[in-house]
Amino acid sequence: MDHFPTNWGRPRNDGFDAYGTYPIAQRPYNGLGNDVFSEGVQRTQQPIVTGTSVLAIKYKDGVMMSADNLASYGSLARFKDVQRLHPVGNNTIIGAGGDMSDFQYIQALLDDLMVEEFTEQDGHALGPGEIHEYLSQVMYARRSKMDPLWNSLIVGGVQDGKRFLSYVDLLGTTYSASTLATGYGSYIAQPLLRKAVEGNEDVITEEEAVKILEQSMKVLFYRDARSLNKYQIAKITGDGVAISESRSVDTHWSFADGIRGYGAQTQ
Amino acid sequence: MFRNTYDSDNTVFSPQGRLHQVEYALEAVKQGSAAVGLRSKTHSILLALKRSTGELASYQQKMFRIDDHVGIAIAGLTSDARVLSNFMRQQAMSSKMAFNRPVPVNRLVSAIADKAQVNTQEYGRRPYGVGFLVIGRDQSGPHLYEFSPSGNSYEYYAMSIGARSQSAKTYLEKHYESFADCSLEDLIKHGLHALRETLQQDKDLNVNNTSIGIVGAPSAHEKTTNVSFRILEGETIQPFLDTMVPKDAPAAAPAPPASADEDVQMAE
Repeated sequence: MDHFPTNWGRPRNDGFDAYGTYPIAQRPYNGLGNDVFSEGVQRTQQPIVTGTSVLAIKYKDGVMMSADNLASYGSLARFKDVQRLHPVGNNTIIGAGGDMSDFQYIQALLDDLMVEEFTEQDGHALGPGEIHEYLSQVMYARRSKMDPLWNSLIVGGVQDGKRFLSYVDLLGTTYSASTLATGYGSYIAQPLLRKAVEGNEDVITEEEAVKILEQSMKVLFYRDARSLNKYQIAKITGDGVAISESRSVDTHWSFADGIRGYGAQTQ
Repeated sequence: MFRNTYDSDNTVFSPQGRLHQVEYALEAVKQGSAAVGLRSKTHSILLALKRSTGELASYQQKMFRIDDHVGIAIAGLTSDARVLSNFMRQQAMSSKMAFNRPVPVNRLVSAIADKAQVNTQEYGRRPYGVGFLVIGRDQSGPHLYEFSPSGNSYEYYAMSIGARSQSAKTYLEKHYESFADCSLEDLIKHGLHALRETLQQDKDLNVNNTSIGIVGAPSAHEKTTNVSFRILEGETIQPFLDTMVPKDAPAAAPAPPASADEDVQMAE
């Protein structure tokens, strides 16, 4: 820090350095252009193009995760073919809710990291545990700069034969559980997932896990106005990562006809 | 003033294609007291001979802990070793912070080898005057590496550096094939036998002049359940010294020709 008050960019004040004893030639220039705030600083104030919930559960063979393909622009369903599940290496997947441009930045960050790790060519690879720790450091560092990456992320995978499932968000908060959900899903789907999964992590088969997620995605599509009936399911097992094609569930809206605000408006 | 024409600047090759300053740095390693390293399927160990400058002085530290899973033994300039080991500790901490992962041992060794290489190529610098034996354990098991001021690093089954280390190397070369399946106790016994080879005729290993560094499950002689890197010194190593087979009568003294000047003689 510069301890000479006369260098702080204020007009000269006779209260400090009345006789200008500090050599002018050596004074740093504090005029316009040298001031880091001179052009103003813009930080993320709010997310713009957003993804909604991500759901994830542990099951017998590993971890399963799902997220829909929608990126909303406010309440407008703007982009309907966005993949929000991203593989990192051979045994990790991250799922993202929140700002999609920040998520794309995180994808680029992780891809660069994996390239660097690959080029070491020494047999050491980053697993889900390391990826999650790294992300939590990045997210916390950004929130500490008052410029957060506006996401809530779920990191899932299998490491040394053990299932890994953890959460990190724009504040750098982290936690782990056998079922995780972000955004609206943390209110609507999380209780359903807990009821179905907790205590049964070692029993649930792949087919059952898919059913549990399908059911929760369906409930979310009925309840979440920022969701889409087009989603993907990813599984991470000891054999690696697999992300499904986009799929949808059957829904029935006949009940809505009679409800004011849903169907044709009746006085 | 100079023993050779091309040795005043370490970045200039001699006509024979050698960097004399780098070779002198390797000599500095040979001035330091010996250190020995061995590796089995389950353990990596270090043994080092500590020197004291006189009756009134303490023994000079020869081993440093880098992290829970890595430790080093040094031969050469202790001050250079402290600079490098501080760097290694920083690398280890940064891996722990960024990834919550103990830094892979090979990357740690490559990192200091790269630092040493820069000193052999940039104007106005000098090579480090210290060599390391690095042991550690990571996802791929126990490891033993040698680092030298020339910027080289290699992985070994067993290795020795420092004064009269050739004698220890001869012992290790004779026995290394049995090390892989050795128990920790046998591995240390081999290490002590190898280290003993580096001693002068009238000297012997004792609890004051010997250090043992271990990575891996504890021996029955240790009062710990610790599997991470630890340095044994003082009375705790007596049980290991007791396992040594006494040297047979010094009838066959394979005294190497001890020339007055042990420095290398460069070809002109």
